[in-house]
Amino acid sequence: MGIFYGFVAVVALVLLVIFGVGALGLDTLFAVVIPYAAIALFLIGFAYRVFKWAKSPVPYKITTTCGQQKSLPWIKNNKLDCPHSTWAVIGRMALEVLFFRSLFRNTKSELKSGPKLVHGDEKYLWLGALAFHWSFLIVFARHYRFFTNWECSVMTLVNNLDSFFQIGLPMLYMTDLILVGAVTFLFLRRVLSPQLRYISLAADYFPLFLIFGIAASGILMRYFMRVDIVEIKNLAMGLVGFNPAVPEGLGIIFYIHLFLVSVLFAYFPFSKLMHMPGVFMSPTRNMANDNRARRHINPQNPEVKIHTYEEYEDEFRDVMKASGLPLDKEE
Amino acid sequence: MYNSGKIIIGLLVFVLAATFPIWYNAATGQSDEYKPDPKIVVDTGYCVAETNYMRKAHMDLLNDWRDRVVRDGERFVNVQGEVMEMSLTNTCMMKCHWNKEDFCDECHNYAEVSPYCWDCHLEPKEVE
Ligand code: HEC
Ligand code: HEC
Ligand code: HEM
Repeated sequence: MGIFYGFVAVVALVLLVIFGVGALGLDTLFAVVIPYAAIALFLIGFAYRVFKWAKSPVPYKITTTCGQQKSLPWIKNNKLDCPHSTWAVIGRMALEVLFFRSLFRNTKSELKSGPKLVHGDEKYLWLGALAFHWSFLIVFARHYRFFTNWECSVMTLVNNLDSFFQIGLPMLYMTDLILVGAVTFLFLRRVLSPQLRYISLAADYFPLFLIFGIAASGILMRYFMRVDIVEIKNLAMGLVGFNPAVPEGLGIIFYIHLFLVSVLFAYFPFSKLMHMPGVFMSPTRNMANDNRARRHINPQNPEVKIHTYEEYEDEFRDVMKASGLPLDKEE
Repeated sequence: MYNSGKIIIGLLVFVLAATFPIWYNAATGQSDEYKPDPKIVVDTGYCVAETNYMRKAHMDLLNDWRDRVVRDGERFVNVQGEVMEMSLTNTCMMKCHWNKEDFCDECHNYAEVSPYCWDCHLEPKEVE
């Protein structure tokens, strides 16, 4: 069912733009109001959820470890898999965020004829996820050219490499193919494996369809249905300068692209896509495993009223003295 | 809130990166009023195709010309009754748009594209 709802939702969004811009002529709504609202919702919702997470206490040190802990000097400590210091945590976190190291460890268990239970490596998810996220990042960063006149030499280099094969005009970006291929793979993975299909919800399919729609409309716009890039940049520059003017005749494909992107941004804080800030805030990843060296105090510990013997003696000194009990301090 | 220092710094970096165009454009005083103004110097009244098409799709046309010349050996097209050579330098540049800086580059700098055609093809230069 989830797959159906996810698909219908994205198709409905596309039809909504076609109807709204094509039939009703609501260009300002779709080119200015909705994008602003989406970005505002994104930034506020994002910060709100991060603050909410930051407010929840971490009662125990729950670092997940996959290596030898630092202990005696002659036992070799696995720094990255069982970090002991902040720098090691940063190293492990960087590898996780940039290269999805924990997905690399993914394993699967299968019941083979026999019956025999077989455990093995499963690297496809890692590869698919890595291809997807990196190409998404590159495509996303490339879009900054519409919003500033800043010529970033790193981006120029990336674009030159990306269009290395110089196919067609405008030249084909490899990341476009990889992005669509990876989204398709991530989708098929959920559909083809019965176990995964069983646990997949509309909230899993919807972002996949949405991102597929965004990539497909972007690719259509770049390679097949020409749009006036200069006018689009005028609009984008107006938007970031808070002085937007909607050019005439932008072409419905652009509105579809922009609207789906707006929906993605607006939807982000409410969805599982919040794994983006979430990975940084995972206590299992961002804590050093130094339990034995440094005490982790549970912030939820109630404040316990204590009454030391010293204070006790101060309180009852006279009575104790009178009944001849021994005292630590006479006065 | 726990670890507030680190979290606020992280969030701030993220928000600044996400809104980079806003404050960068404001800080460098780049006006969103600026619009590229490609200057057309020859008043023939027509291009090799309609202006509206050319604005959006001149790369398609160039690609098509290139394929037809290099692969099929066709050299000429008929534009509004006039026979023209399908040539980047001889037709586009020499016949009409010899002001490459004020024409092609005007848009391309704005849209941040730099076609690699000039690695091989000649661009017109002003002679003193
Ligand atoms: C109205 C503005 C404008 C003018 C004038 C213009 N171009 Fe372009 N051109 C563009 C835009 C915008 C793109 C990028 C399209 C994109 O990114 O999809 C482009 C892309 C190209 C490309 C494809 C480059 C690539 O790497 O993708 C070529 C080739 C090209 N232009 C050639 C020319 C030539 C030659 C001239 C001058 C005779 C010229 N253009 C004049 C706006 C213009
Ligand atoms: C590696 C060098 C090289 C590059 C880079 C290059 N070309 Fe060419 N191009 C050629 C050669 C060689 C011919 C064949 C010339 C001939 O037969 O007259 C040609 C022919 C053409 C022709 C038809 C003939 C003519 O005189 O123009 C067009 C149009 C053309 N190229 C467009 C482009 C465009 C647009 C670009 C940039 C996107 C480009 N070329 C980049 C080498 C190059
Ligand atoms: C999540 C954000 C976005 C994603 C994933 C995305 C995706 C894509 C993709 C895959 C392409 C194909 C070309 C390429 O790789 O550069 C593309 C092109 C395009 N996108 Fe987006 N897009 C996003 C946001 C936006 C926004 C906010 C705008 C509004 C200005 C926009 C406007 C365009 C335009 C005008 C093109 C055509 C570019 C060209 O012809 O060279 N996109 N997009």
